[in-house]
Amino acid sequence: MNARFDWHARAIQIGFVVALIALWYYVGRSGLVSAIFLPQLPHVAGKFIQIVQSSTLYANLAVTLFELVVAVAIASSFGLTIGYLVGRSRYASLVFEPLLAGLFAIPLVVFLPLFILFFGIGVESKIAFGAAYAFFPIVLNTIGGISQVDPRFVTVARSMGANEHQLFRRVLLPAALPVIVTGLRIGCTIGFLAILGSEMIAGLRGLGSRIVTLAEGMNTAEMFAYIVFVIILAMILNVTLSNMQRRFGEAPRSA
Amino acid sequence: MTRTAATDVSQDAITVANVSHAYARPDDGVVQTLSGVSLGVRKGELLCLIGPSGCGKSTLLNIVGGLVAPTAGEVRINGHPVHGPTPKEIAYVFQENTLFPWNTILDNIKVGLEFQGVPAAERQQRAREAIEAVGLADFANNYPHQLSGGMKQRASLARALSLQTDILLMDEPFAALDEQTRTYLGEELSVLLATTNKTIVLVTHSLSEAVFLADRVVVMTARPAEIKATIEVAAGHPREPKFTTSSEFAALRNELYTLLRDEIEKTVGGFVGKAAARDRERRAVAGATEVVKP
Repeated sequence: MNARFDWHARAIQIGFVVALIALWYYVGRSGLVSAIFLPQLPHVAGKFIQIVQSSTLYANLAVTLFELVVAVAIASSFGLTIGYLVGRSRYASLVFEPLLAGLFAIPLVVFLPLFILFFGIGVESKIAFGAAYAFFPIVLNTIGGISQVDPRFVTVARSMGANEHQLFRRVLLPAALPVIVTGLRIGCTIGFLAILGSEMIAGLRGLGSRIVTLAEGMNTAEMFAYIVFVIILAMILNVTLSNMQRRFGEAPRSA
Repeated sequence: MTRTAATDVSQDAITVANVSHAYARPDDGVVQTLSGVSLGVRKGELLCLIGPSGCGKSTLLNIVGGLVAPTAGEVRINGHPVHGPTPKEIAYVFQENTLFPWNTILDNIKVGLEFQGVPAAERQQRAREAIEAVGLADFANNYPHQLSGGMKQRASLARALSLQTDILLMDEPFAALDEQTRTYLGEELSVLLATTNKTIVLVTHSLSEAVFLADRVVVMTARPAEIKATIEVAAGHPREPKFTTSSEFAALRNELYTLLRDEIEKTVGGFVGKAAARDRERRAVAGATEVVKP
């Protein structure tokens, strides 16, 4: 990839987004689509400025972020621990990896009513649901990362006298880190999605719940403003996670 | 001067007593890799193990290093039985590059010292010395992938030397390198090791490497491996490159090849040998007049 190609690609990407926004602007102005379905761009922009100055947005944002942080923390603790224990044993990997991968393939959203029954309509069910979704990519990538560490590295470390702790800290963790960090990244993204979704389906507070409330009140312009805010939030999350992956997850170049 | 292991057991750094090894294959077959191998490695000598590919040389080395348990027999290091890795006594140089790709060369050596239990304060100094000994001082802060194959193996050697063990086990350390680099590193190794008085066991499949480096060469048979013969190389260390052109070198190399040839034929199935024999037969029948060299 040379710089010239990169520049072209970036120009096309920006052009695409600008064209999309322009299309929205002109379709709205033309009056072809009712403002209830597609509010006009300036109207949404005005609403956006309003909501970012309102305390309602920050109260809902705080709820959603709290749910996300707690869910990811729970999913990571379980996912990393179980993933390490399973990944260390060839037999356990053989048994549990397909089992967990199989469970991950089930659309957990069908169990959302159960989560609501068990944990209530408040933040607890959102945390549990988000954690359940985030857990799988984290545990699967941890198993994959740990079990795929080149056995020669383990042998060479043992030959030099490495104990279990040193083996983990100096060999298994750095060798598996790129794969594990990828799992954490996917876990965060999916967890965020699951939390927003569960808020929208059955929630009282949070960004997802707020968007549904606005939609039900036919308050489309403000709903679009919230959607724009969520998109920006997702972009920030993605960039943060990408940076984390670059920082910790650079693949060890095969030596 | 010839000594036999039997008369000098107390002097041996490594004693391999009647060691056998077998492993079960997934399809229920049992593969016997070593069959009753006994061997003494004298203190300060460089002993080469040579044999056909897959004969169990590396397994024997791993048993000596405590990385693999023998199914029968015993290994003693300085008189003590081996039951696992003994990092204070034995350091390894493995066949392929086993440097950690996520550490710099310097950190690779320091982490080895940490594993061995060297206090943190000493690690930097010892790692630096080892890197300088192998001539990689300028590459201390490079990552393994930034080094050539030969440099990586020198770094592996530095890691092993930094551990300051009396015994060094080397498992085909130069096998992955091209021939010129391998020859050159062999010469360097000979100079370096002449000054250290380490006991070294080197597994190789290079006849020249074995003769050039070894005090004794142990020839192993095809699987299950036994010791077929032991050849002494009398020349002192360090050996000059011109040693390789001496008639003594050529004679020893040929002797080794003769000993190995039958074993290699057993391993590869002797296809070429049989084909040549058939060919000769055919020509004889046809009454050909040309002389076929044996």
